[in-house]
Amino acid sequence: MSSFSGISVAAPIVRAYLDHAASTPIRPEVVEAMLPWLVDHPANPSGSHAAARAARRAVDDARDHVAALAGAKPGEVVFTSGGTEADNLAVDGVVRATGGLPACSAAEHPAVLEPVRDLGGVVVGCDSGGRIDLDALTVALNSLDEIRLVSAMSVNNETGVVTDLDAVAATIAAVGGDSVVLHTDAVQAAAWLDLPASVGAADLVSLTAHKFGGPKGAGALVVRTGVPLAPVLRGGGQEHERRSGTQNVPAIVGLGEASRLLIAERQATVERVTELRDRLEEGLFRLVDGTHRTVPDDTLRTPGVVHLCFAGIQSEELLFMLEREGVAASAAASCASGAQEPSHVLSAMGIDRVTAGGSLRLSLGYASTDADVDHVLTVLPPAVEHLRDHARTVGCK
Amino acid sequence: MVAMSGGVDSSVAAALLCDAGHEVVGVTLRLWGGESDSGCCAVSDVDDARRVADALGIEHHVFNLGDDFNRDVVDPYVADHALGRTPNPCIECNRHIKFTRLRYRASALGFATIATGHHARIVERIDGTRRIARAVDASKDQSYVLHMLDQEQLAGLLLPIGHLTKEDVRERAAAMGLRTADKPDSQDVCFITRERGRDDFLRRRIPLTPGRVVDGTGAELGSVEAVEMVTVGQRKGIATAGGGAPRYAVDVDVASATVTVGSAADLLVDETPVLATTWAAGPVPVGTAIAVQTSAHGATEAAIFDGDAVRWIRPHRRVAPGQAVVFYEGDELIGGATAA
Repeated sequence: MSSFSGISVAAPIVRAYLDHAASTPIRPEVVEAMLPWLVDHPANPSGSHAAARAARRAVDDARDHVAALAGAKPGEVVFTSGGTEADNLAVDGVVRATGGLPACSAAEHPAVLEPVRDLGGVVVGCDSGGRIDLDALTVALNSLDEIRLVSAMSVNNETGVVTDLDAVAATIAAVGGDSVVLHTDAVQAAAWLDLPASVGAADLVSLTAHKFGGPKGAGALVVRTGVPLAPVLRGGGQEHERRSGTQNVPAIVGLGEASRLLIAERQATVERVTELRDRLEEGLFRLVDGTHRTVPDDTLRTPGVVHLCFAGIQSEELLFMLEREGVAASAAASCASGAQEPSHVLSAMGIDRVTAGGSLRLSLGYASTDADVDHVLTVLPPAVEHLRDHARTVGCK
Repeated sequence: MVAMSGGVDSSVAAALLCDAGHEVVGVTLRLWGGESDSGCCAVSDVDDARRVADALGIEHHVFNLGDDFNRDVVDPYVADHALGRTPNPCIECNRHIKFTRLRYRASALGFATIATGHHARIVERIDGTRRIARAVDASKDQSYVLHMLDQEQLAGLLLPIGHLTKEDVRERAAAMGLRTADKPDSQDVCFITRERGRDDFLRRRIPLTPGRVVDGTGAELGSVEAVEMVTVGQRKGIATAGGGAPRYAVDVDVASATVTVGSAADLLVDETPVLATTWAAGPVPVGTAIAVQTSAHGATEAAIFDGDAVRWIRPHRRVAPGQAVVFYEGDELIGGATAA
């Protein structure tokens, strides 16, 4: 871990960071771009003097980069504090503007699932890959005229599985859903997919910077022209009345710079990380008996996630041992207490609790290296073997 | 590996082990996923444990043993109540979760020893065997809830604060600047909320049976809303006609939905049947005189161990079925059982 400007924070020794799906390391170029806006420029971009106009220009430059990344017009980009706020704004905003109901699948991120449930919306099932069940969606749309928003995540945060949004849009169109808005949480998609092509069918798109080398606390909701959306945060009318509050200029500049870099480098990163992912996955299958890929083999996935279940293993124990060997990884989502919670995604996919209890998510990103893969292949197989041996010899209820 | 609940006792336990030069890792167990406003599972308690670990410079982990807790503590708690018994879930949590499941996990992760912040001591006898002994602070003694530990468990356990009074513990925490120094003790069952209570918890899980209240002759005196909620020995809330001398529940029979009440004298028995007996270092012979304690902070009474019962030297209040019956030899625990 690097430190900036002489500020050094004691960081644990991480030899292989395999939790990019949770957050990626910030890119040095992004930090460079942000620093002047943290240190030198005091102004509020809503002001009218020269310093304010400079801040406004920095925000709008970032807006251009995010628009280019998402395949949107700059005026369609609404800056938020991150993915969760973007998701909440999409669900609440459309429901508030239309008076209708939201719908989503049971494998959505809680930032979508919880608002949908709170608003009395419809939660439909998903397939064994964790994608929204289109037949169930058709039934829901046919039986409930009030549905005005369907939210379908572009890439699942736990499994890396890609949803075909064109197919979701076609399903909505087939039931005559002209007044139904399609939202996609593309937080996990941005680093891997060409967004203009993959999320082009969506009316609303959520993004967050820290999944692709940007800072935490900076995100965006793309709101295509004409989509009905009422604001959730009201106040000074920033972001074209769609998200009030003084813009977080340094964070937005960081998001813009990360977007610019991503557009230039994504294809090369995808190719490189795909090779790493394949080597990691093949290595684990070869070295550890009883390893199961969590999603069906033919499922379209991003290169960012290796999601496996190890028979006879408890995730918390494996993660503890991996941490001791300098591997940062995760199992399912973490709850407020920091405990590993049983995954609602795997449960929605029909995976039983015992199998899910042995799951592990190793997530790669732009910063992943061959050395990371080598290290995991060195330390993970003996860790699994140790835990299984212990279970055999000491016995476990 | 120190079990840190986020309270002052386990905070100081961890600190003392650090001082003693042990390699210490703190863990907080997440056991109950439902509503809670008390006990040891609230997120704010996890935060306290984490921040104390940060202050001590030790690693802190949260282990989610919620499935084990439901299976081994909550489900049996509900099932016992359905049978009219009065279980002690904190003891079952110690038995199944802290000293079995956590111990197992600790050993899987390479930790031969676990430690907790219980107020009790571990003493080694001349023959090399170990016993739980009462805490130095008699008013805080928690040896009763540790009665199920055997030699193997005792050999892998440290109780660093058993030789301190509660006041000492708080003073040490304050001296070290630990944020939990003034935190009130938790005393409630972690999965029962103070606001809704036990009635509500059980009502959502099992059908509660309205019952008759009768006296020893079978004469009907009144009614109760739920026989499952009545504890043997209970006086409060037994609506009886007539008045007169105080009446106590002396028997609860869910099958016939009947609570039998009687006088304080009717509550006294010559023996208490027990089951699921455990021993610290092997059983004593039937007929051995032992000191027996039947509530967490009660006194011991002299009794004779009779295999599937304890025979009291002097008549003893009935022990509600499901409660722990704990055997001492002086200050030292030798075993325990559950009242049948």
